[in-house]
Amino acid sequence: MSKSYFDETHCAIGHPKSTFMQWMLTVDHKRIGLMYAAVMFTFFFIAVSTALLMRFELFAPGQQFIDGDTFNQAFTLHGVIMIFLFIVPGIPAVFGNIVMPLMIGAKDVSFPRLNWFTFWLYIFGSAIAIASLFTDAGFADTGWTFYAPYSLNTGTNVIFTLVAAFVLGMASILTGLNFLVTIHRLRAPGMTFFKMPLFVWGIYATAWIQLLATPVVGITLILAIMEKYFGIGIFDPSKGGDPVLFEHLFWIYSHPAVYLMILPAFGIMSEIIPVFSRREIFGYRTIALSSASIAGIGYLVWGHHLYTSGMADIAKTVFSLLTFFVAIPTGIKFYDWIATMYKGKIILSTPMLWAMGTIITFAIGGLTGVTIAMIGVDIHLQDTYYTVAHFHYAMLGGVVFLFFAGMHYWFPLVTGKMYDESKAKIAFYMQFVGFNLLWFPMFIAGFLGMPRRYFDYLPEFQIYHQFSFFGALLFIAGLVFMFWVFYKGWTKGEKVGPNPWHATTLEWHMPTSPPPLENHSKVPYVDFDPYEYHHGEPVVKFDYETMRRID
Amino acid sequence: MAHEYIPEISTDRDGNEHVVQGWQDDFYGGKLGFWLFMFTEVLMFGAMFLVLTYYNMLHPADFVTASASLNRFLGGTNTVILLVSALTMGLSLLKMRAGDVKGAKLMIWATIILALMFLSIKAVEWTAEYNHGVFLGLDALQSGNAHSKPFGEILFFGMYFTMTGIHGFHIIIGIGLMVWLLKRINAGKVSPEHHILHWNIALYWDIVHLIWVFVFPYFYMIGAASGGTGGH
Repeated sequence: MSKSYFDETHCAIGHPKSTFMQWMLTVDHKRIGLMYAAVMFTFFFIAVSTALLMRFELFAPGQQFIDGDTFNQAFTLHGVIMIFLFIVPGIPAVFGNIVMPLMIGAKDVSFPRLNWFTFWLYIFGSAIAIASLFTDAGFADTGWTFYAPYSLNTGTNVIFTLVAAFVLGMASILTGLNFLVTIHRLRAPGMTFFKMPLFVWGIYATAWIQLLATPVVGITLILAIMEKYFGIGIFDPSKGGDPVLFEHLFWIYSHPAVYLMILPAFGIMSEIIPVFSRREIFGYRTIALSSASIAGIGYLVWGHHLYTSGMADIAKTVFSLLTFFVAIPTGIKFYDWIATMYKGKIILSTPMLWAMGTIITFAIGGLTGVTIAMIGVDIHLQDTYYTVAHFHYAMLGGVVFLFFAGMHYWFPLVTGKMYDESKAKIAFYMQFVGFNLLWFPMFIAGFLGMPRRYFDYLPEFQIYHQFSFFGALLFIAGLVFMFWVFYKGWTKGEKVGPNPWHATTLEWHMPTSPPPLENHSKVPYVDFDPYEYHHGEPVVKFDYETMRRID
Repeated sequence: MAHEYIPEISTDRDGNEHVVQGWQDDFYGGKLGFWLFMFTEVLMFGAMFLVLTYYNMLHPADFVTASASLNRFLGGTNTVILLVSALTMGLSLLKMRAGDVKGAKLMIWATIILALMFLSIKAVEWTAEYNHGVFLGLDALQSGNAHSKPFGEILFFGMYFTMTGIHGFHIIIGIGLMVWLLKRINAGKVSPEHHILHWNIALYWDIVHLIWVFVFPYFYMIGAASGGTGGH
């Protein structure tokens, strides 16, 4: 029986005997990805619980369980964890690590020890963020955006969160840097950029954003710390500073960060759709280049967060126009995916269900985004539940749904086993229905004027909050059920071999299942496109011992 | 370990052999990674320059007054020191590549000494400014008291201490890196055949001095016409 990456590993320091230390010190990209997943989903469930707490509070007007200050801390905790600890690092750190090197035929990432260091930097940053929960002043209550001047005046422990976000930003930069060099240097011979799987393209575009946008928010957080503790004046109106400048600097990063979240998710979609349609992807180049152009245009649209903050009309108009432009490459991707399915041999396995569900939810999330990109409409809808529903449709219904799709898709690759398909499908339908029941009423409530981040509301909004509440219960039940299915699959699932989905990309051509420590037995020569199907069967076949083509 | 690395060969369908680039011993990859990291430094300082320029446009006169009060003699000396240190660092890399390990170490020591001189002069400057009442947290840079400076000057000095402070922090990190580099050279881990670490630290030092080349004129020189060479 050959060994998998669960049995042996390389370590950053020495050759520890104990399994525990081998995991803590591992430099193997697959193990690091798995550890990221474990930590991230722990935080994810903390943030979900916080959200549920808020839903309980909002079940009826007036105070139910928590007071207003706690509510402020709750939505800040929810936002900080979900953004900085879960969704920003999310897909790149987990699947970028586990799958990307396999897809390009590399033995590991370019800087394996840096990768290990980055993981611990992430843990360190997370620890700082969580630590302020246990201090006297309590967790920050500013919202995850830390807007000046409130973040400079509040008595809660903003500095912990600011420092944590800075450290997590550094981890994010180093991950992006590592992936960029990996993709440039370690592709298997013959694999040109346009022979890379589309997930790698997504990770590539993401890595550029991580590298080029994160430093700006990093320094902004440092400047906020300097302002709060040394009074340098730049965000403080009493010294001539301008709080709106903070918003600009913050969103120069944080809007590209939105695309940083969605691009690798789109990459997962581009992997799943051709495999479960048994067809070559439609418009490979347009999907690859649209990732790059979303990353590029995404830099220039941050101003649409500031329509009501005080900005010149001409600037608003330009930002609005540029924001519309982002919808074009995104639309191209959607049409490409749908065209791929056309006349395909569609197999409705769970990953495909998640992908197709996302086409619906993300389309709603994206199109509502276009409406609030319009200046006049946004003046009405800014900071209402409409906006909240919009970005949850885009983030939860886009990024996280595709994250789940990827988890189902690569589950047999990572564990070598299969989860229970029929139960996983039930979990999907529970979450899909629960999700829409949870968020769709918020569009209406927001349109009618329900503001976000409020702990109390007028009685006329109660019906929407109660729909949301029951949607949330259903969604969380589905979520827990899904993880239970994963757990059962991992412990009791049947072994399915290296390529259960009849996929074509290199990560499925492994000598063992799960993959061995140093990946492919030999590095293959890539003279084929990533998604070659002929009459519904993969074209390229390998001898897994020599990695020579045998078709 | 890295030195014994033998790259793998991959064979295509026609039997042609292709050398596989592994992560081990990837000189070009190491350089690329560090260049990308330097990009992030440029962006960090770029954002601060953006803030500075914005407030300069709002308060041009105050900025000139504040700049005039800085000490151009000490600042200029520091600029020369840093430029020379960039030269010594570059020479150390050239010597390392030419196989002269001893000369390379000597040049690194010279760079460390120059960096320490830079920090000492910086300390003298900051102390003088503190004694003149211009420092973060002192009355002059607070609003609404008898010593308050005008808005533009408060903002100028706020950014001055932030940016030169963060730059000074980079100098300190640089000294640490050079000491580490000397250790690695003594341990034989960095040698003329395997000098990527040396290369990258030299690159780091270049970016540190390059940032100063922009910091110096923006803070010290815009008020030069009215301030002479002296100052705090």
